Amino acid sequence: MVEDEGIRRYVAHFILWIGIAIVAFPVYIAIIASTQDNALIANGQMSLLPGGHFFEVYYQTIFVGTSGSTREPVGNMMLNSLVMALAIAIGKIAISIISAYAIVYFRFPFRMSIFWIIFITLMLPVEVRIYPTYKIVADLHMLDSYAGLSLPLIASATATLLFRQFFMTVPDELLEASRIDGAGPLRFFWDTLLPLSRTNMAALFVILFILGWNQYLWPLLITTRDDMQTIQVGIRKMITTTDALTEWPIVMATAVLAMLPPVFVVVAMQKLFVRGLVETEK
Amino acid sequence: MQKQAIFQSKLLPYALVAPQLAIVLIFFYWPALQAVIQSFLLQDAFGLSTSFVWFDNYVELFKDPAYFAAIVRTFFFSFAIAVSSLSFALLLAVMADKPLRGSMLYRTLLIWPYAVAPPVVGVLWIFMLHPSLGVISRYLRAAGIDWNPLLDGNQAAGLIILAAAWKQISYNFLFFLAGLQAIPKSVFEAAAIDGARPMRRFWTVTFPLLSPTIFFLLVVNIVYAFFDTFGIIDTMTRGGPGTSTVTLVYKVYSDGLLGGNLGSSAAQSVILMIMVIVLTGVQFRFVERKVTY
Amino acid sequence: MANVTLRNVRKTYTGGFEAIKGVNVDVADGQFCVLVGPSGCGKSTLLRMVAGLETVTGGEIDIGGRVVNQIEPADRDIAMVFQNYALYPHMSVYNNMAYGLRNRGMAEAEIKTRVEEAARVLELSAMLERKPRQLSGGQRQRVAMGRAIVRQPKVFLFDEPLSNLDAKLRIAMRVEIRKLQRRLNTTSIYVTHDQLEAMTLADVLVVMNGGQVEQVGNPLAIYEKPATTFVASFIGAPPMNLMSTRPEEIKSQLGGAAGEAGIVGIRPEDFAITDQTPAGGVALPLTVEAIERVGAETFVYGSREQEDQRVAATPGELPPGEVIVRIPGTEAPAIGQKIRVAAVRAKLHLFSGDGRKRIEA
Repeated sequence: MVEDEGIRRYVAHFILWIGIAIVAFPVYIAIIASTQDNALIANGQMSLLPGGHFFEVYYQTIFVGTSGSTREPVGNMMLNSLVMALAIAIGKIAISIISAYAIVYFRFPFRMSIFWIIFITLMLPVEVRIYPTYKIVADLHMLDSYAGLSLPLIASATATLLFRQFFMTVPDELLEASRIDGAGPLRFFWDTLLPLSRTNMAALFVILFILGWNQYLWPLLITTRDDMQTIQVGIRKMITTTDALTEWPIVMATAVLAMLPPVFVVVAMQKLFVRGLVETEK
Repeated sequence: MQKQAIFQSKLLPYALVAPQLAIVLIFFYWPALQAVIQSFLLQDAFGLSTSFVWFDNYVELFKDPAYFAAIVRTFFFSFAIAVSSLSFALLLAVMADKPLRGSMLYRTLLIWPYAVAPPVVGVLWIFMLHPSLGVISRYLRAAGIDWNPLLDGNQAAGLIILAAAWKQISYNFLFFLAGLQAIPKSVFEAAAIDGARPMRRFWTVTFPLLSPTIFFLLVVNIVYAFFDTFGIIDTMTRGGPGTSTVTLVYKVYSDGLLGGNLGSSAAQSVILMIMVIVLTGVQFRFVERKVTY
Repeated sequence: MANVTLRNVRKTYTGGFEAIKGVNVDVADGQFCVLVGPSGCGKSTLLRMVAGLETVTGGEIDIGGRVVNQIEPADRDIAMVFQNYALYPHMSVYNNMAYGLRNRGMAEAEIKTRVEEAARVLELSAMLERKPRQLSGGQRQRVAMGRAIVRQPKVFLFDEPLSNLDAKLRIAMRVEIRKLQRRLNTTSIYVTHDQLEAMTLADVLVVMNGGQVEQVGNPLAIYEKPATTFVASFIGAPPMNLMSTRPEEIKSQLGGAAGEAGIVGIRPEDFAITDQTPAGGVALPLTVEAIERVGAETFVYGSREQEDQRVAATPGELPPGEVIVRIPGTEAPAIGQKIRVAAVRAKLHLFSGDGRKRIEA
């Protein structure tokens, strides 16, 4: 409209840039800090411009870790986070898509009961049942294991509901045509339904990967060995209560490394990300 | 609910739901049940005997001023985070909804903080506002503010709210923008022809049409503030100073960590469960949408 | 090659709703059978029962001398063209056609021959590698046809295959389908709600209503001698004028010849504007209410002075008291003009009072 011309438009640009600055500033500081000398930072003398220690800080962070109590290279933590995030994303998609398939495309006794059993899990995040779950995982000897890290987080209904919703929009005639073409239930699933779900799976994968990578409380509880730490847990252990011992450039480098994969996913796969976010909330 | 066109098979559907059912039963229902049972039991100090004590654990909890304070604090945090983050995000979304050059770039630059994990958010903010070395703290002190969130409970709470709200801006922005874009432009044009000036148009047209989105986001933000702030609190203040930033989830965690009263910890879990169920129920009832986990 | 026989076929849903109430139809080998009727009459259900997509709750369906009630759709040796085409969106045109053949374990070389032959016939050769979303509506329709043809089934089943196309393309495809069926000489069952499509395509026309067959036969024979008032008003556009024989005005003209007839029907084209009263025929005074001139012909909508008490009972039927007359395009009375129309005895259709029975005088 006419009034969107001129001065109003500059105001909009201005406000948006302020928003971007507010959103980006903490990260800018982190990146700057990760290139500087710890002594300078500890004195409160940190410069707001990049320092010259970029390579040595990141080298030490990734391959050596802090010199303090938990000497664990962040590279290894990232690997743990990656395995966990992938296991959660892939595991959730796999078990959800087949159970949604059963619930939508078959009629069998207890179908609705099973649907509700799965559905109710939607309401309770892992945080509210944290210690009993911890006990189960401990009893199953899954502490300090990838299975223990990921399995309890796979138990949720979001993906099942999403696939169910999508399957409901697939025209019935497609299944009928498949039946006439001689495809049974498994072949229809593999040849037709799975290829049609590709975009949904990708969008869901993006969201679940980010959520998995960013898990904190659960890994914090069930990992006791330093070499099983995820990066989110590791970064917290780097901040010692006695400030003087905290190696801030390494902490900040770790923060940057912890942000890098999920932020990359959001920016590079923005379309899928937005779609996944909106779909899972529907 | 179900298709008209279906397959006939006796065993296959059970095989297909089995993996999810198994995981849900083992890692969800069983622990939840344990929590409920545990919350009615009392263990002696050495864990040698347990007795059934009905609602004693719950009664004890509500008599405990620290628990009551945690409830009040959690709700205060939730509303403060939700309101501040929502209003700022709405402002940005309204601006980004205008036909501006580079609006896609703006969107990209505003949504990425969604991907930053809560503990990292905590680290970023405590670093900037650290009493002795934070880059912003310098200016606060220069302005004559006695800034020390590690000692001052109110400042610590403010810091948590600020960091948590910061992280949530991108999420809210994205949904507001989607909500705005779903409103047909002709409605604004009609309002403009009816003589409504931009500010008036926002309050009489945009805001009411956006209210489902606002309500939905309000609930999502409150649930977020309940749970996802844990990582922020744990890296920034660890509940301190004193207990001035202990929320309900943080209390479940820290009480359990001290290994003390299992029954009380379980009762806390059950109360949290009920709160989330109510929140989710409200959301379903009024928005017909659901929370993601 | 096969004939299809439906013997007292019934479909009752679990809720108790009876969708098909005992249908008997016999489609000879190579014939083109069209099921026509208003929506909800059960024609699609019946077709889907033949396909094996709906279970049969009573009676028998026989394809090529084999009762198929319990046989899976894939094993019935049929092919089906769906209203929305049901093409696999992620497969190329080639793979859409080849999929059913592969599932049957046919050799790739044979599949290639068949698909390419079908593509040639349907003029799809240039787009075999395209995905369905890259095709126009008409092209998708042809792919759906191709998928049926390559199977070389005993029976083609068509479920309103043209209703998603625009009017012009629909007519062109209608002709194509008929030509193709003639050439392949495959028994076909075709469902439509469009009576014009039904008339032009069918060897055997089955008019259905309320889960039952109203009339079976050659399309022109049905047009000439509709068995019920439902068929009379459903087949033919504009619909037949149906009037009660009770008003004195008509009764006196019909005389004793009417017998027990309660309803008389006259097609719009069988009226002529004239002052004469043909012996045993019907003449009516009308006031012209509206005129539609479409070039070759003119439709005159007139109202009778004497109100007809018969209640409109079937779709497409005119409101009581209104009469349509079809006259050559060169003539046109003025609106409000009083005219007199008449039809000769031979052009009258007489029905019982409930409209369920035709009476030959």
